[in-house]
Amino acid sequence: MKSLGSDRPFLILLAVVLAVGLLLAISIAIPFGLSAYLANAIGQLATFAVLALSLDLIWGYLGILSLGHGLFFGIGGYVVAMHLLKHSYEVTGKVPDFMQFMGLKEFPFYWAGFGYSSYALVVTAVVTLLIAGVFGYVSFRSRVGGVYFAIITQALVYVAMLLMFRNDTGFGGNNGMTGFTVMFGWPIGLRGVVIAMAAISVLVLGLTLLGCRVLLESRFGVLMIAARDDEVRLRTLGYDTLLLKLVIWCLCALLAALAGMLYVPQVGIINPRLLSPDLSLEIAVWVAIGGRGHLIGAVIGAVLVNAIKFWLSAAAPELWPFILSGLIVLVALVFPNGLVDLAKFSFVRPMISKRLAETPELR
Amino acid sequence: MSGVALLVDTVTVEFGSFRAIDMLSLAIDFGEVRAVIGPNGAGKTTLLDVISGITRPKQGRVIFDDLTDIVRSSESAIARAGVRRKFQKPSIFEGLNVRQHIAIGAEGGLRRTLSREKLDDRIGEVLEAVGLAGLANRSASELAHGQKQWLEIGMVLASNPRILMLDEPVAGLTDEETERTVSLVRSLKRADRAIVVVEHDMDFVERIADRVTVLHEGKTLFEGSMANARADERVIDVYLGR
Repeated sequence: MKSLGSDRPFLILLAVVLAVGLLLAISIAIPFGLSAYLANAIGQLATFAVLALSLDLIWGYLGILSLGHGLFFGIGGYVVAMHLLKHSYEVTGKVPDFMQFMGLKEFPFYWAGFGYSSYALVVTAVVTLLIAGVFGYVSFRSRVGGVYFAIITQALVYVAMLLMFRNDTGFGGNNGMTGFTVMFGWPIGLRGVVIAMAAISVLVLGLTLLGCRVLLESRFGVLMIAARDDEVRLRTLGYDTLLLKLVIWCLCALLAALAGMLYVPQVGIINPRLLSPDLSLEIAVWVAIGGRGHLIGAVIGAVLVNAIKFWLSAAAPELWPFILSGLIVLVALVFPNGLVDLAKFSFVRPMISKRLAETPELR
Repeated sequence: MSGVALLVDTVTVEFGSFRAIDMLSLAIDFGEVRAVIGPNGAGKTTLLDVISGITRPKQGRVIFDDLTDIVRSSESAIARAGVRRKFQKPSIFEGLNVRQHIAIGAEGGLRRTLSREKLDDRIGEVLEAVGLAGLANRSASELAHGQKQWLEIGMVLASNPRILMLDEPVAGLTDEETERTVSLVRSLKRADRAIVVVEHDMDFVERIADRVTVLHEGKTLFEGSMANARADERVIDVYLGR
């Protein structure tokens, strides 16, 4: 991998992310600047980009495809929703609708600490690590990999979706949880609050990008690529690849959960459809379209695909599946490394293509 | 220093109904270069797989240095104990450069085992030994086949292994490259190291091996010098031909 200072495409992307973050931060204070609607869209895109980075880390750099990343995204989302509901209740005194439907007059006992945001953070981390840790340990120990791992992760997210669809599970069933009114004591619909959430999401994206980059340049990152390219070779050189894979798997699960915690307050609702296998498949599609094994590819893929989706879902929703499948076919047939390949053609972006010609591996 | 480096004791490996190794016993001493030869399917690579922990035998023991029971250890633990192996097909990491390979080989564990200076010194020595000093920052994917073979040898050599196994180190090499590999293997010979070579190139084997073991259908057919092997009727029949 090129050193950080000489990797221009990465630095450009990082600069763009930070500039957008700064623009959002300024817009909080001044009344003109970005609209709440646009800021909200940017904020959601940023959380998708973090989610894509989390998958790229394990898939692009360690060669383990997860088709159930929505599970960890969903854990973060559900926990933050519980926090927001409890917090809103403490401020407004109104019991959430879904609990009233269940005939509850107050919160069940296990919601006890959810009024505190720090408690919600700890619960997210613990639940994510527990599920990712146990599942990862069992799978990697039995040397389950490749398609088998992908299929099992897909099944896992499907099971979680079915569980959450049941009203008796207690998290709002198929309607999910909504009606968040207060966040950190502020009304959640306030323009400043909406923009602040977007700014934080973009900032987290910037930090995630930088953090992943530092990790990949470290000795650990070198070992990840070695394990991806030839795991048996690495193992027979004395390396315990089980531990290596487990650590990265848990790390990327935490990142996905963090993305979920940022996403749900911005859309104002969580329901089991977040855990549907389609979404988890789509995350892999974003990364594949952008360019697997390239941090900038994951971000560009997630932002681009979702931006088109946002726009089309208003303009021509029936076209979206065809466009998405078209993109997948294009990537599979023409650009095996995703859009990062595109930059190699001089008619698209002459400046970057020149740098790419010098280095076949752009990261 | 001498003594038995590796003791293979009545090992049997079965794949389904096929017996790849059949009650094989073998002792390899420190300080020797042992060639394991034999026709395809004789069990040569399977033997290396057992010694490196990749394949578990159905029965038998493999003892390294009178201490480690290899059959009960994981691949990474066997490697850390000092048993390293180059694979038949050059196995390298396409996404890394030459230097990173040697560093991975030298450290041999998730935890750092060497200081930065010691690591740099060791990388320099190994690159010099395998003749890749000028290509330290080259991506491994850009190397020629022969260079990939040497890179993998360098990678397994970097940790100063006590048992070094080379599976077909000169397969696909030119005569000149084979010549360099001969001197490389000779230079690796040490009193406290055993080198096991699996190879089909008999001239190469004759030039490097102290003793040869001829395997046939998972059993030892012959053990002794290469010159005697060439003269042995049974070896000629099943492998060398007349």
